[in-house]
Amino acid sequence: MAVENLDRIICEHPVFHGLGDQPCLLISGCAKNVRFEKGEYLCREGESADWFYLLRAGSVALEMAAPAKGVLTFQSLHEGELVGVSWLLPPYRWGYDARATERVRAVAMDARCLRAKIEDDHELGFQLMMRFTPILVERLHGTRLQLLDVYAPAARA
Amino acid sequence: MTVPATFAARTAPAGATAADPMRPMPLAVLASRQETHDVVTLDIARPPGLDGAAFAPGQFNMLYVFGVGEVAISLSGDPGDPGPLRHTVRGVGAVSRAIVGLGPGGTIGVRGPFGSAWPMAEAEGRDVVVVAGGLGLAPLRPALYRLMATRERYRRVILLYGTRSPADILFGEELGTWRDRGLEVEVTIDHAAGAWDGNVGVVTRLIPRVAFDAGDAIGLVCGPEVMMRFTLDALVERGIDPSRLYLSAERNMKCAVAQCGHCQFGPDFVCKDGPVFRHDRVRHRLTVREI
Repeated sequence: MAVENLDRIICEHPVFHGLGDQPCLLISGCAKNVRFEKGEYLCREGESADWFYLLRAGSVALEMAAPAKGVLTFQSLHEGELVGVSWLLPPYRWGYDARATERVRAVAMDARCLRAKIEDDHELGFQLMMRFTPILVERLHGTRLQLLDVYAPAARA
Repeated sequence: MTVPATFAARTAPAGATAADPMRPMPLAVLASRQETHDVVTLDIARPPGLDGAAFAPGQFNMLYVFGVGEVAISLSGDPGDPGPLRHTVRGVGAVSRAIVGLGPGGTIGVRGPFGSAWPMAEAEGRDVVVVAGGLGLAPLRPALYRLMATRERYRRVILLYGTRSPADILFGEELGTWRDRGLEVEVTIDHAAGAWDGNVGVVTRLIPRVAFDAGDAIGLVCGPEVMMRFTLDALVERGIDPSRLYLSAERNMKCAVAQCGHCQFGPDFVCKDGPVFRHDRVRHRLTVREI
């Protein structure tokens, strides 16, 4: 019953919406429901990226700590979004901290389990990449704009 | 949208020859309010004898610091307020720093108001999505005041505001009151440190997260041009037709009466045909570097 529920939740989540029943069933075998209270960390920089998270409720801040600058948040993520892409490629290591800024409900996906299924089923891997690549591109575009610092004062009259 | 005549034309004595739009009107600075570390809002006395609405939302004045120079600055106050003219200025150059340095008792030369206005009448009966970036909230504030004053004429009114850091949030104290007056307000910043637990990320990321009727909504966008390009693309992707999207362009305005050519923007002059343009009429020019 729990697997059926997760299957439905995953299929209806914006990240995997439209994936199809069979792939959803396959990946739901790697999934579990999780909850984080405000202030808890979903992952920490440097740890193995063995999980990623589909946010069902709540918000998460992606952070890095810098000497003399303290903790810097570079992105916030919300319901319907994805936390974690480091699991996709070696060395499978988190590059930032992810902190719940309010109570979070999420589906946690076991990345090792999913990578093994992708190795056995390249079509599934293609379908997942078609869903993760637009997210990566959108975040890359956003990062570019943040780096451009477009709101900084420009020299003028 | 019909815009008011210039102060010079409206306050000229009966029977006088045509008022000179190039001649600044010396007006008193009544108050100065520090908005952020480098942004100040000045209250400037109304021109003597000026009745009725001083300007339309989206218009600008030329502000002249005597002995220093003149610069185009949008009006940022309430168009329905019979009180002083209000301008929000960031000190980034010789003239704007001199303006920011003016305090009560100072005198400033004013020409205007000039330019086109936000399409307030066209927005009636629709969802209104206002997207501001950085100091771009200032030229949009008169439109927001108008939307709040006549709130019943519009459906959802959404303000999405992106800026650099928590310290750079403009009109921070007012944002909460705007929520109380029927606006849905979402703020995001590019860089956060410390206790900020609000949104972090570019303003375009807010667009998919808010509900509005994209098939009928109207969008008003103002901010740095790079931000506007991506924002307008995101609004079109969300389903708003470019003919219902408006932006406020910024160019080097000098004469403000379409004579000098400094602000030429393709076939238009930003000072006369803008600064507010309909997106579908200018979108192809936004990516032309030479323009």
